[in-house]
Amino acid sequence: MIQAFAFYLFSAIVILSGALTVLSRNPVHSVLWLILAFFNAAGLMVLVGAEFIAMLLVIVYVGAVAVLFLFVVMMLDIDFAELRSGFVRYGFFGLLIALVLAGELIIAGGAWSAGAIDIAHRAAPASADLSNIEAMGALIYSKYLYIFEAAGLVLLVAMIGAIVLTHRDRKDTRPQNISDQVKRRPQDAVRNVNQPVGQGVEL
Amino acid sequence: MTFTQWFQSWGGEAFGWFLATTVLILMIALPLMLAVAMIIYADRKIWAAMALRRGPNVVGPLGLLQSFADGLKVMLQETIIPSAANRGLFLLAPIITFTVALIVWAVIPFGPGMVLADINVGLLYLLAASSLGVYGVIISGWSSNSKYPFYSALRAAAQMVSYEVSIGFVLISVVLWADSFNLSKIVLAQQGHIFGFLNGFGFNPLLFPMAVVFLISALAETARAPFDLTEAESELVAGYQTEYSSMSFALFWLGEYANVILMCGLNAILFWGGWLPPVDWAPLYAVPGIIWFFSKILIFFFIFSWIKATVPRFRYDQLMRLGWKVFLPLSLVWVFLVSGYLMLTRYGA
Repeated sequence: MIQAFAFYLFSAIVILSGALTVLSRNPVHSVLWLILAFFNAAGLMVLVGAEFIAMLLVIVYVGAVAVLFLFVVMMLDIDFAELRSGFVRYGFFGLLIALVLAGELIIAGGAWSAGAIDIAHRAAPASADLSNIEAMGALIYSKYLYIFEAAGLVLLVAMIGAIVLTHRDRKDTRPQNISDQVKRRPQDAVRNVNQPVGQGVEL
Repeated sequence: MTFTQWFQSWGGEAFGWFLATTVLILMIALPLMLAVAMIIYADRKIWAAMALRRGPNVVGPLGLLQSFADGLKVMLQETIIPSAANRGLFLLAPIITFTVALIVWAVIPFGPGMVLADINVGLLYLLAASSLGVYGVIISGWSSNSKYPFYSALRAAAQMVSYEVSIGFVLISVVLWADSFNLSKIVLAQQGHIFGFLNGFGFNPLLFPMAVVFLISALAETARAPFDLTEAESELVAGYQTEYSSMSFALFWLGEYANVILMCGLNAILFWGGWLPPVDWAPLYAVPGIIWFFSKILIFFFIFSWIKATVPRFRYDQLMRLGWKVFLPLSLVWVFLVSGYLMLTRYGA
């Protein structure tokens, strides 16, 4: 009973906050609703016993990705009139994407109800006596090692690409060179002179 | 019969569990609030002593009741909400900070078996909950609709995300050695870690540098001096708290110090043996584990205050350099070193 209550609570909040993400007028509110949706999705993951995925969802999406979203959206100079002006222009594509997503959901639901997939015939049957993390580790680092490495490589290339594309070498800045500062000694910078009166200092 | 079972024996399965858990939560949260009040007093006293001042010494004997007087004062003040602020979010922000600072304590083991939620992803839960803390700062900065809090929020967002990366890698080194994400198991793995005699990963020469990195990252994560750029008073007035008053300000204050105590506790749990005595010698186990744990927390809190009193504040580019160019490569290399060493010694064919 408590589990059913928790399930309906989390799901209702996910759906509600998902809807409000789209409907909010203020983009910052949209991102905050999105964060609430992520958080409650993590709650659903805990309910199905995937606590590792739940924690990753919170750490990666709520803790890092959404912070950067919020960061960017807060910096935007928002013109509400302009935001709403494109409704007719983008409405058609929005509807198209919504239809595709709805169709995919219906197909997935239909395939599931056509006959539940036998546990033994799943791509990677999980052993019951392993904890979440151990089960995932055993699969990722043995059976799916090459796919995992390939995913890592794709991310690495994306990261290098992003840095190369956005980096510009500015000549007019003077960045701090900490090792130079540490190496500097008094005799490099200070000079004691006994200067005769009436003569200038040689610099 | 455990605590929960006693409640269940007369309250029924579900209701008894509910009651027992509520009582346990209060048994952690209320002493924590008291500890926060006393630790603020200790912080001010240590800071004053290092500056050759007296610190709070008027309210109560030796000024011990100063924090309570401050709390009472704050409660009697008026809550001012700026007219241009985003009202709902403005009030939500301190609540988020405070709540997140409290929920993290659910997985902290105070002694053998003394933990509210002994979950096997305890360390990940900690990381997840502490990464939520940044929202209180960001939301308060944005919803205040004022420029200094906004700058502070942007600084906080970048700072916390940066230092969480290196904290994550440090935790991986510890988890590799302890072979578990469960905090109680991490503590037990440290028993007799060096020569079967010293309790604590920090005594391990391979892990000691990570203990130092973690201590410094913990300072940055809690925005303590010398990394308190989010509330740098010479540049940003009071940072994200500028527009806050009365209880909403106090909630930030309490949450911040609860986080500081938590980070001190984490230092103790991850590297210095948690509730184990420092040396694996039978008579020392006569002292209850919770006393060892608390004394370790207090030692780390003294170090935090000491640093606050002595080290000048970093500039923002220096902070980012330390996080991304020093700690990130260092902790990444250490993950390689630790896993390589363990492959050679523990898991070698």
